[in-house]
Amino acid sequence: MQGQRTPIESGCPDGFQYMHPTMRKNYGNWAYHEDPRPGVLKHTSRSGEAIYTVRAGTQRILDVLTLRKLCDIGDQYAEGYVRFTIRSNIEYMVADGNKVEPLIEALEKEGFVVGGTKNSVAMISHTQGWLHCDIPGTDASGVVKSMMDELIEDFKGWNMPNRVHITTSCCQINCGGQGDIAINIQHTKPPKINHDLVANICERPSVVARCPVAAIRPALVNGKPSLEVDEKKCICCGACYPPCTPMQINDPENTKLAIWVGGNHSNARSKPTFQKLVAAGIPNNPPRWPEATAIVKKILQTYKDNARDWERLSDWIERIGWPQFFELTELPFTKFHVDNWRGARRSLNASTHIRF
Amino acid sequence: MAKKVHLTPMLDELEKGPWPSFISGIKRLRDEHGDERINGVANSLLGQLEHSYETRKGYWKGGTVSVYGYGSGIIPRFSEVAQAFQESREFHTLRVQPPAGNYYTTDMLRQLGDSWEKFGSGLVTFHGQTGNIMFIGTSTENTQHFFNEINEYGFDLGGAGPCVRTGMSCVGAARCEQSCADEMRIHRTLLNNFTDDVHRPALPYKFKFKVSGCSNDCMSSIERSDFAIIGTWRDDMKVDQQAFKDYVAKKGRQHTIDNIITRCPTKALSLNDDDSLEVDNRNCVRCMHCLNVVPKALSPGDDKGVTILIGGKRTLKIGDLMGTVIVPFMKLEDEEDFEALTELAEEVIDYWAENGLEHERCGEMVERIGLVNFLEGIGVEVDPNMISETRTSSYVRMDDWDIEAKKWFDRKAGQKKAS
Repeated sequence: MQGQRTPIESGCPDGFQYMHPTMRKNYGNWAYHEDPRPGVLKHTSRSGEAIYTVRAGTQRILDVLTLRKLCDIGDQYAEGYVRFTIRSNIEYMVADGNKVEPLIEALEKEGFVVGGTKNSVAMISHTQGWLHCDIPGTDASGVVKSMMDELIEDFKGWNMPNRVHITTSCCQINCGGQGDIAINIQHTKPPKINHDLVANICERPSVVARCPVAAIRPALVNGKPSLEVDEKKCICCGACYPPCTPMQINDPENTKLAIWVGGNHSNARSKPTFQKLVAAGIPNNPPRWPEATAIVKKILQTYKDNARDWERLSDWIERIGWPQFFELTELPFTKFHVDNWRGARRSLNASTHIRF
Repeated sequence: MAKKVHLTPMLDELEKGPWPSFISGIKRLRDEHGDERINGVANSLLGQLEHSYETRKGYWKGGTVSVYGYGSGIIPRFSEVAQAFQESREFHTLRVQPPAGNYYTTDMLRQLGDSWEKFGSGLVTFHGQTGNIMFIGTSTENTQHFFNEINEYGFDLGGAGPCVRTGMSCVGAARCEQSCADEMRIHRTLLNNFTDDVHRPALPYKFKFKVSGCSNDCMSSIERSDFAIIGTWRDDMKVDQQAFKDYVAKKGRQHTIDNIITRCPTKALSLNDDDSLEVDNRNCVRCMHCLNVVPKALSPGDDKGVTILIGGKRTLKIGDLMGTVIVPFMKLEDEEDFEALTELAEEVIDYWAENGLEHERCGEMVERIGLVNFLEGIGVEVDPNMISETRTSSYVRMDDWDIEAKKWFDRKAGQKKAS
């Protein structure tokens, strides 16, 4: 590799150089914050200085032309300093409170959506899907766009008992992470194996090792070294597909969506929780996935009508119990909701605590 | 554009509705961008994506692409349907580490955008799920050119594969009154100590650092990172009684009792008859709920530090795991404190690199070998803050009970002396 440039291993850049001067000056000295309106935060420092933040949702997969538009707005109506939240919203910081309204107006005029703070439905965090992933069961950007079109008023307003984080993932590895509501792919059939390709493409022992339920074993098929799957044991998780693509798990008919609720990262009130299955078998139905959105809307409406202030979805279900959750949301409760994975007995009711 | 434009009837449906459309964005690159190469790439990408929507399947496969000197940081993508969609046949993503806390000036965003349209598709995401800037879509050759250009002005690749991954830290001390730590310093100290492990995948599997300034844990570090650093405090929380009384006067007693007092997970709050707040600080678990409700009146204490949890991860392979406390409290103020943090991280990664199986996350290894063996391996003493309850199974050998009990008393005596 003669003549190649040696990389500068600078790692993670220092954020201070790009930070708004008021934030730099008051670093570690903030006293409190207020929420003047949805999508806007006002933080006040012990020095008396304040910084306003305007948060806007975007399409996340940004083209450079849109990125420049966001920069133009930042230069013309804000002070040239921005950041991105963990859910890919853009935030403009301004020291001058008079700039807030014109900034909001400029963002909305260009089609961006101001909101996503406090007890709103936050921007859906998502993965790459058909646009870029090598193992996607569905698209992510499309599901999110379709869903946000319908949830936009709940992003723009403070309509929920507490904040709602929604996530999507295009396979069961779940790069989208935990959410109050998660819309994830669930495969329903074992992988279809192309035995002609396995020996050439796959490192068989590592594929065998990857299976969570030891359902894969080496086999000779048509005289060629390949792999076989014990289809009774297989949980259709798709974990063998990334290291061995001839074990195709994606399928236009049998790849369904499932919905999980009650994942919560925060330690506020209760300890962090994982999301739990509530619905499955939902058609993977591009381009707008209406069936999945309908269930999400139903869950949100029920939560909104029944939960108390500050209850996250997990807190609410903890208070009212699962039987009532299924009753209120009118979703079916099936044998598939009963966990049988390691440590599952902890999720069973070992008491007489039953609501009548 | 003279070339054939791929028809996209299904994707066109995603241009409808009020939320900003990524399809409209890609079409702008196809129709309005000044560079014909980008027009062609966008057209081809839309064609392949429409094909995915029609057939409900993905058509990208991985491969091996990296920049000179690194083995990580690029997500290679080659199209399986390249014959029909030539111009996006190579469509690799570069994972680039953002500045800690995700701060940018518009000038810097423009500079990154300018570099990207020289060499890439013009599509970018701030940020991917691990926390990288995702520059989506370029050819094998241009991967190197783009990296060379942005590396010159201070940006470096993140991790991909079995290596230390790009870290994440919350907005923190820069803008949040709840911050109990210097998140950016923690983030950069750790990540930049392991730069070699970011760029050259040689670990059992991925390893993630995430930093949250308080236990609201906005970075989901307990659920999503192998090494979670979360700000906390150990003296009394601060109560501005006048501000609290003002809040009660405005919102009413019932609201205060229903939304603050009775929501405390350890019943550590009580509303006095004069509407001031009484806090049982010894039993407060720093959950942040009451501080979230009344940020003007309630604040973290002064004796700040961090709690460290190890082993959070998602489903693959053995199921979801939360992180486990291994350091209940640690001061992070001077150089020495930060060195101690780095040393702990090195101990953890070294032990896991030695003992983890292939494709086994750190938390999975802890699950397999037991917390006590792990603690012995990294030289950390057991602490009752690490558990939610003690053992319930009596099937255990406890031959060295007296020795272990003595250790505990000696340690306690030492701590007493030190304080």
